[in-house]
Amino acid sequence: MAQDWLTQPHPVVVIGGSSGSIEVLLTLLPGLRSPLRSALIVVVHRRNTADSTLSELLALRTRIPLKEVDEKEPVEAGVIYLAPADYHLLIETDFTFSLDDSEKINYTRPAIDVTFESAAAVYGPWLTGILVSGANADGVNGLLAIRQAGGRALVQKPETALVDFMPQQAVQQQAFDQLVDVDDMIAYINSL
Amino acid sequence: MISTEELNLLLTDLLDWYGYDFTHYSRASLTRRVDRLWNLEKFPSFAELRYRVRSDATYAQRFVEGITVNVTEMFRDPSFYLALRNDVLPTLTAKPFIRIWHAGCSTGEEVYSMAILLRETGLLYKSLLYATDLNPEVLDRARSGIFPMAPLRQYAESYRLAGGTRDFSDYYTAHYGYAKFSEDLGEKMVFSTHNLVSDSSFNEFDLILCRNVLIYFDKLLQEHVLTLFDRSVGPLGYLALGSKETLKFSSLQPRYKQLNNEKIWRKIG
Repeated sequence: MAQDWLTQPHPVVVIGGSSGSIEVLLTLLPGLRSPLRSALIVVVHRRNTADSTLSELLALRTRIPLKEVDEKEPVEAGVIYLAPADYHLLIETDFTFSLDDSEKINYTRPAIDVTFESAAAVYGPWLTGILVSGANADGVNGLLAIRQAGGRALVQKPETALVDFMPQQAVQQQAFDQLVDVDDMIAYINSL
Repeated sequence: MISTEELNLLLTDLLDWYGYDFTHYSRASLTRRVDRLWNLEKFPSFAELRYRVRSDATYAQRFVEGITVNVTEMFRDPSFYLALRNDVLPTLTAKPFIRIWHAGCSTGEEVYSMAILLRETGLLYKSLLYATDLNPEVLDRARSGIFPMAPLRQYAESYRLAGGTRDFSDYYTAHYGYAKFSEDLGEKMVFSTHNLVSDSSFNEFDLILCRNVLIYFDKLLQEHVLTLFDRSVGPLGYLALGSKETLKFSSLQPRYKQLNNEKIWRKIG
């Protein structure tokens, strides 16, 4: 893919998680500075229905604009984006979102790997992937792709995760630059 | 991973050699699809992948099927089907004849869902369901009315949430992991290849369904296809899209009225 990082004006953070990840977000979001200088993309495994409850729940925890992604929408700094239920979320080289309803990956749609890998190809060193609590190995390959493309991979310290399987998998596969707790994530994102 | 330049070469080949125009498809998704096939077939290099596509028409057809997304299900988004049942079909009952177009129908699960709705509202006998896709192979599967058993339990639940009151299993017979849907549902279906990129309008319809197809197109192609639908929807007819697709920002918007919160628009102008 053609990379044109010089025209890319802001850092991007993608957070992925499964069971126990909502709890992480509910603590993380209130700690984030507003306005946010990066774009924050949230990919969590959720029920297979197109309900808006999750975005409403998360929006209550922050003054930063938070929305479920619309297809073709540009990725902008200062916004928190939530991957819609039942679609994979990808990023185009012109820094817009696109959606894909192809086969589930790792038994799930949206799959964290899909967004991590797609964002890694587009953002390279501008990208940070954070993998948190979950009971599935989704996201680990994506973290490897992010690191390979020059981005940064943070993983929730397994002992602080409600469900430690997902972060544990990342640790086993050496798919991280740093192990962090939620306070570290807040400090890191605020420093971008 | 395939590079942008390599992908462009492949897309040009598919257009020049086989007439399939994917140049206005969203690249992020296409890149993943092509990578998947490349890994699956274990081509040692891009050159070999390209050579195979160019030189082997049978493989090229499979390749086209592989890069397009053919995932579909029955009664996906039950509230959408509930709206069809309660708000759309009742407005068509007075018509002597009902024409419906499923554009990009893939393996046909949505067409069968629609036939069940029409049957239950007493309209199937005077309806005709045109189901089109660019892949002939998926149309063969759709035509057979045979679907894998595994997801049927979920379909039955979606059917119920979509207002279905019968026993869903009355509509099919199970054989060796497959469900064969009853043939009278299929009698009113016409399956045909049609490419939304290059083929034109072929009839006037009371309802067009094209769900989760436009997400794979760039904005230019979306507008082109929506214009094609606009020319194919009769007065006071309906256009239905996928749950993340919209007429908003398109040139059709001023002449269409959205039904409640569903992705169903009625042509009013």
